[in-house]
Amino acid sequence: MSAYILRRLLYAIPILIGVNLLTFVLFFVVNSPDDMARMHLGEKRVTAEAVAAWKADHGYDRPMLYNAEAEGLGRLTETIFFDKSVRLFVFDFGSSDDGRDIGRDIAQRMWPSLAIALPVLLVGLAFNISYALFIVFFRATYVDLASVVLLVTMMSISGLFYIIGGQFLLGKLFQLVPISGYDSGLAGLKFLVLPVIVGVIGGIGAGTRWYRTLFLEEIGRDYVRTARAKGLGERLVLFRHVLRNALIPILTGVVVVLPLLFMGSLITESFFAIPGLGSYTIDAISNQDFAIVRSMVFLGAVLYILGLILTDISYTLADPRVRLQ
Amino acid sequence: MPLMPVVLWTDALLYLLLALLGGFAWHAARHEHLRAPWRRVARSRIGVVTLVVLGCYLLVAVLDSVHLRLRLADQSGATSAETRYSPEVLSLLDLALAGLRSQSEKTYSAPFATHLYVKEAIELPDGRVLRDYPRLVHGGAHLDDPAARGLDILWRGLLGALLGLALWGAILFALSAALARRRGITPALMRARIKAGRTEVPWRAALLTLASILALGGAVALLAGHYHVLGTDKVGEDVLYQALKSVRTGLLIGTLTTLVMLPAALLLGIMAGYFRGWVDDLIQYLYTTLNAIPGVLLIAAAVLMLQVYMSNHAEDFASLVERADLRLLFLCLILGVTSWTGLCRLLRGETLKLRESDYVQAASALGVGHFTIIGRHILPNVMHIVLITLVLDFSGLVLAEAVLSYVNIGVDPTMNSWGNMINGARLELAREPVVWWSLSAAFVFMFTLVLAANLFADVVRDAFDPRLRGAA
Repeated sequence: MSAYILRRLLYAIPILIGVNLLTFVLFFVVNSPDDMARMHLGEKRVTAEAVAAWKADHGYDRPMLYNAEAEGLGRLTETIFFDKSVRLFVFDFGSSDDGRDIGRDIAQRMWPSLAIALPVLLVGLAFNISYALFIVFFRATYVDLASVVLLVTMMSISGLFYIIGGQFLLGKLFQLVPISGYDSGLAGLKFLVLPVIVGVIGGIGAGTRWYRTLFLEEIGRDYVRTARAKGLGERLVLFRHVLRNALIPILTGVVVVLPLLFMGSLITESFFAIPGLGSYTIDAISNQDFAIVRSMVFLGAVLYILGLILTDISYTLADPRVRLQ
Repeated sequence: MPLMPVVLWTDALLYLLLALLGGFAWHAARHEHLRAPWRRVARSRIGVVTLVVLGCYLLVAVLDSVHLRLRLADQSGATSAETRYSPEVLSLLDLALAGLRSQSEKTYSAPFATHLYVKEAIELPDGRVLRDYPRLVHGGAHLDDPAARGLDILWRGLLGALLGLALWGAILFALSAALARRRGITPALMRARIKAGRTEVPWRAALLTLASILALGGAVALLAGHYHVLGTDKVGEDVLYQALKSVRTGLLIGTLTTLVMLPAALLLGIMAGYFRGWVDDLIQYLYTTLNAIPGVLLIAAAVLMLQVYMSNHAEDFASLVERADLRLLFLCLILGVTSWTGLCRLLRGETLKLRESDYVQAASALGVGHFTIIGRHILPNVMHIVLITLVLDFSGLVLAEAVLSYVNIGVDPTMNSWGNMINGARLELAREPVVWWSLSAAFVFMFTLVLAANLFADVVRDAFDPRLRGAA
């Protein structure tokens, strides 16, 4: 088991290098640092000196990959690639274009993201599974048909409208909760209610429909027929057999997104003004802060690979038929 | 020539897509095994209803994809040899909606309103100045008494609906005559069968859908000449016009994305599955790496880079329309880069299975070359996966456009799209009284398209999925 995990971790390295190369090409080769400087300085103040000063300020004044002027190892390390890309491997994110320490920002802002994303995931999971079981219990009746119509309808509504509608109804019309904002600790609870409700409702359509398909697939299997044949009631069949077996694919789907919860949701956080990593990314995008976007790309890739490894491990724990080799 | 056609990049790709679909339909119609699943789609009531709805959207998008430049009326400055064309690139849809496009107000006005949303200082004939809601320049301008607009709207709406239904009647007669001729019965008998719902293809459902669309469309068309049916936005532009123009953007993103990623996904997926070994390892590494980058961030990074490029190379773009068009194409490309991996993986799996099948083994034993085998035996047998992916991905991509435009990494801000409409309207609900029409219009248009696409995708998947075929 540990040998397997170690091998998976080693396999992650070439992927991360690939991600790094790709972002490097995207950020530095397609557009030279000069282009970025000109963009940041604006049209009017672009002089050769201003561009050079901006580049020196932000550490973009070095050669791309190979520094012929430096000595020894410095030929490779005193380059933009080493400075901006290789350092990411030890989670040294450097500073953003307006001079803040990105690493500290990330450590601070991932908790609000988690405070929204985790309840959304858990409540959504509980609701979707219960609702899917309810539909499967009444399968091939009008309850089933009406539910499927409802789910497809909910799936077809853009997530933006759930947020706008939720803010308008609960926040403005009924004034039950604040429209947006964030506070730490228990005082922040009232700010969390609306984003969580909106997040859960937005996920019902696709989530419940998927679980319903999973349950229906399981219910057609031989072991379910055996369970019925030996006289088990429908409720026991559903909960003890179908649910437990269908949990395996559900688990895989959940574990893979667990690490990414830290990244937060771009749209939700920016609508509700939550100071998490999602809104951090959005702000960086709109301020054209390339250092932050680059760091977030790397962080996202790391968390994604972590999710894949966790999925494999959880698979072996949940399903004894799966053996890792 | 009174006009000069302009072919934008996305126009050309849309024509290519339509030609491909046409070619595929022509090919499929001649092969029973390809025709069978489509016949199942055509026999499903939801299938034909959603097809009618999607067809209407497609018609709007195609009309909006034929671009041209009109000849300038005033030719005094030009010599007789050269004709000068207006720098403005218009589409056929723009010409058809010329009234809507030009009839703009000062700022917000509610649907069917006769007065502006905000108060203004109005100078009375006797010199006094009064603060009141001024009359609209175009909306309800023909009315002497704005209070009587209810009856006017009713009459015009009814007349429009009747005209729409008359058109529908003509379609009904033409269709039943054509169908009757093929079956060798009288058109009256055919109509009776359609009315009773006793046809193989559920024509009744399709025609009822068409009837409601045409009646609604007729009413709106007649009313739009005298009112702003969906109101006007902040700068006074007609919201109906914006929503209709956005159809093309949504449809293009939904379809072109799959089209542009198709060559890469097909080539790499089939190669990975067919050659295995290091080719497979390399391609798997490639798509795992691309998958590892969160999609939104990759899109954001790429679009940011595009913005930098465009602001530094502004002279490369002849017009705003061309610039917006290239940005749309680029967005399709980058969305394709983030979404081809799923299709690639599916194709790899299917090819792995196919290459072990007897006919591929036989071809290989007879000394047929690799690429001939791929072209003749593997490619035709994975096409259904490509088709299902195209249909299944569509609605997700339309929804993604709205989200991306909201984050300002979507289509060009000058381009009409539902995402830009929502983005522009995000603060309008906070106003008093609430400005709800822009949002609602974007919502209704988008929801109808996505719902139809979702339902259609379900029908297509059910028709093609061999596992469900046995059960039915």
